[in-house]
Amino acid sequence: MGSKPVAGLVGFLLTALSLYPVTGMAAADPYQLNLHQPQSSIASQIYDQHTLVMIISVIMFFGVCGVMFYSMLKHRKSQNHQAAHFHENTTIEIVWTIIPVLLLAVMGYPAAKTVIAMKDTSNPDITVKITGYQWKWGYEYLKGEGEGVSFYSSLATPLAQIENREPKGENYLLEVDNPMVVPVGKKIRLLITANDVIHAWWVPQVGVKQDAIPGFIRDSWFMADKPGTYRGQCTELCGKDHGFMPIVLEVMEPAQYAEWVAKQKAKSSAQAIDPNKVFTQEELMAQGEKVYAGTCAACHQANGQGIPGTFPSVDGSKITAGPKADHISLVLNGRPNTAMAAFKQLSDVEVAAVVTYQRNAWTSKTGDAVQPSEVKEFRK
Amino acid sequence: MAAVHDDHTHGHHGDHHPSGIMRWITTTNHKDIGTLYLWFSFIMLLSGGTLALTIRAELFQPGLQLVTPEFFNSLTTLHGLIMVFGAVMPAFVGFANWQVPLMIGAPDMAFARMNNWSFWLLPPAAFLLIGSFFVPGGAAAGGWTLYPPLSIQMGVGMDMTIFAVHIMGASSIMGSINIITTILNMRAPGMTLMKMPLFVWTWLITAYLLVLVMPVLAGAVTMLLTDRHFGTNFFNAAGGGDPVMFQHIFWFFGHPEVYIMILPAFGIVSEIIPTFARKPLFGYASMVYATASIAILSCFVWAHHMFTVGMPVTGQLFFMFATMLISVPTGVKIFNWTATMWRGSMTFETPMLFAIGFIVMFMIGGFSGVVCAVVPIDIQVQETYYVIAHFHYVLVSGSLFTLFAGVYYWLPKWTGHMYDEALGKLHFWLSLIFFNMIFFVQHFLGLAGMPRRVPDYAIQFADFNMISSIGAFGFGFSQLLFLYIVLKCIRGGEKAPAKPWEGGTTLEWTIPSPAPYHSFETPPLVK
Repeated sequence: MGSKPVAGLVGFLLTALSLYPVTGMAAADPYQLNLHQPQSSIASQIYDQHTLVMIISVIMFFGVCGVMFYSMLKHRKSQNHQAAHFHENTTIEIVWTIIPVLLLAVMGYPAAKTVIAMKDTSNPDITVKITGYQWKWGYEYLKGEGEGVSFYSSLATPLAQIENREPKGENYLLEVDNPMVVPVGKKIRLLITANDVIHAWWVPQVGVKQDAIPGFIRDSWFMADKPGTYRGQCTELCGKDHGFMPIVLEVMEPAQYAEWVAKQKAKSSAQAIDPNKVFTQEELMAQGEKVYAGTCAACHQANGQGIPGTFPSVDGSKITAGPKADHISLVLNGRPNTAMAAFKQLSDVEVAAVVTYQRNAWTSKTGDAVQPSEVKEFRK
Repeated sequence: MAAVHDDHTHGHHGDHHPSGIMRWITTTNHKDIGTLYLWFSFIMLLSGGTLALTIRAELFQPGLQLVTPEFFNSLTTLHGLIMVFGAVMPAFVGFANWQVPLMIGAPDMAFARMNNWSFWLLPPAAFLLIGSFFVPGGAAAGGWTLYPPLSIQMGVGMDMTIFAVHIMGASSIMGSINIITTILNMRAPGMTLMKMPLFVWTWLITAYLLVLVMPVLAGAVTMLLTDRHFGTNFFNAAGGGDPVMFQHIFWFFGHPEVYIMILPAFGIVSEIIPTFARKPLFGYASMVYATASIAILSCFVWAHHMFTVGMPVTGQLFFMFATMLISVPTGVKIFNWTATMWRGSMTFETPMLFAIGFIVMFMIGGFSGVVCAVVPIDIQVQETYYVIAHFHYVLVSGSLFTLFAGVYYWLPKWTGHMYDEALGKLHFWLSLIFFNMIFFVQHFLGLAGMPRRVPDYAIQFADFNMISSIGAFGFGFSQLLFLYIVLKCIRGGEKAPAKPWEGGTTLEWTIPSPAPYHSFETPPLVK
């Protein structure tokens, strides 16, 4: 039955396979052929199961192809081969039904164990809530060391690189302003949700991919084995900047992590401002420009003109040149069934600043300065 | 199977039908309607292909060069919708129209006027889909899966898509009812169910699947429509709905749908392999049972498209094992085809090349399907290029390759001429090489972490994307060669005998080539 060519092919393939995992090791290797080098127990179970399935698949593939190609070579009319007339054989049909079932059991058993382990989110050391926004991630440390820390994490790659006006950096599209930071060897429970549409939070090295679903909270967990920087991306189509909301996870030694937490806390207390403070228009404009660039410009564009037909202009529009109250309310509550989400997650100061900015930045100059106290009244 | 043929069908000259454009608009003839379906699907293939080439041109290099991210999302969405609903499904219905009556010895389809209507519903749907690019806000950009809440945010292009899906669904349901009725009631005397050619069997099962799941899709998009415009909250958590419910409903349609696109392909291959191996199909009965089990199992595996939504453990395990189980009857089919070739007397004309190309490539798609079925691995590869590679191996080198195989196989019967064999073989080799160039490297991209549906990517993915894009343009332009071969064959060429393939055994080879406008007016007797 042409066992020689088959055996030869299988042998060649096993050699190729033994080299296969090695080629995937280097970070950001342009010829990476395999999954990332795993950095958590779940990720390494996944890696091993993939290798197992690959070995079985490749052997089966070359086995069947070997028989087929032998037949194609020998059993051809041009070789004067006379066609046989058999068309069933119950024994062999039962055999080739049962063998795949057994192979599937071999693959299914370890997989089932991993599935159960993946769902065990009990007894975490730290709990972090992750929220997907169009188009950035928000992190809130709810429990454990770092409790109370919260921040947003957006793409840090400059637009000039994306538009090919500057050379692309090493971590092009995989860099953020504020990475998620966790200590090594601690069980991190993730509570994942979204604010607007479905996103998905994925860091391949720790083996977590979980859809972020608006209105629902799903959980997942990981425990990183080694300190390092691990990069992932949003993996559920979430609108125009779906390709531009990466995830960066920094895993640190516990001491370093404690330092990071202290720094974050100091930063947030410095930012805590008396909500009744009255700002000057210049202060609001300066802050508003930053908020606008991070929150609004993706749709309404840096020049406020939007994209005709898709995203409306905010430069002297009905809303931004109309009553302040409508403007503040639209920013806070959004417009249902459109891409205009509610931005309740912004602080009163940020809302006040961005509304002020939109009312004065471009051609229209209403001269308004909206104060945080005015925004506070709109929150119910 | 032996057939005694009635001579009356040979010199039939009594056709009175309108000529010119009205012939095609008013026709109720299964051959005319089959031709309309096939040309329509080829035009859609080129349209969807143009969108795909625009996608690959943008992805040729990292950075944004040609299109904006919004337009890119419209491209991927419409590429999927047009290829699934405009190209692959109508092409198989075209084959059913031409071949089912010829292979069961029936004079025409059961409901001839409804047949006309099911075809003529399609062009308006196509105009809606393609026209949506030109309305304010552009075409739907939420992916062909139309997941809310993203699809709730879209403009009027989404409503046009929803309406198009409704129309195409109605067309498919009518076409399926027609096929089921024809097969169950109009077989030649003596042709029992277990004597039917396998192509007819696979279509019978496919038609039942279509009648089962198309209404489910219609329901899903109708809920989307009322959520968008009439204040319902089916998929809005703030109003008590659930966005994930849409995914369950959609994939209850969507997974049987992938088998709708592959079962008739299995049928075509099961006709071609025995013909060119000059040997009866191995395990006919087990082929029928395998097809039926695949169809039944396909209704219980939908949530394997949703392993990352956060299902309970039992849900994930159930859908993992059910999905793995499908590979058993599918494996049986592969083994049966191999056993059919074993100790045959093979020749390798273009249909046979495409059929063998299909088996080998489909195995790759099948194995990557097992990889995706294993939940923990799927957690890594879900929504990455690995999945893109997987389903293009089953849809392009699966469905599309068998469509080519079927066209070359039956073209002599349809046109009365032989196609250019050398050019046909060239078309096969170009398609095979460029196809693998596009999609094989995408396995690596997916494993290394490139998400799908992104207009731009990290620089580590640059080389493989460039290879993939070059392959895409090669593959796209190779299909113009196919168009040339078909046109050349229609216009002339060597006269085809009634049975151009030595090993052909089914009824269509008993009537002259080209098949007369009316055939089997007196049914043949099948022994």
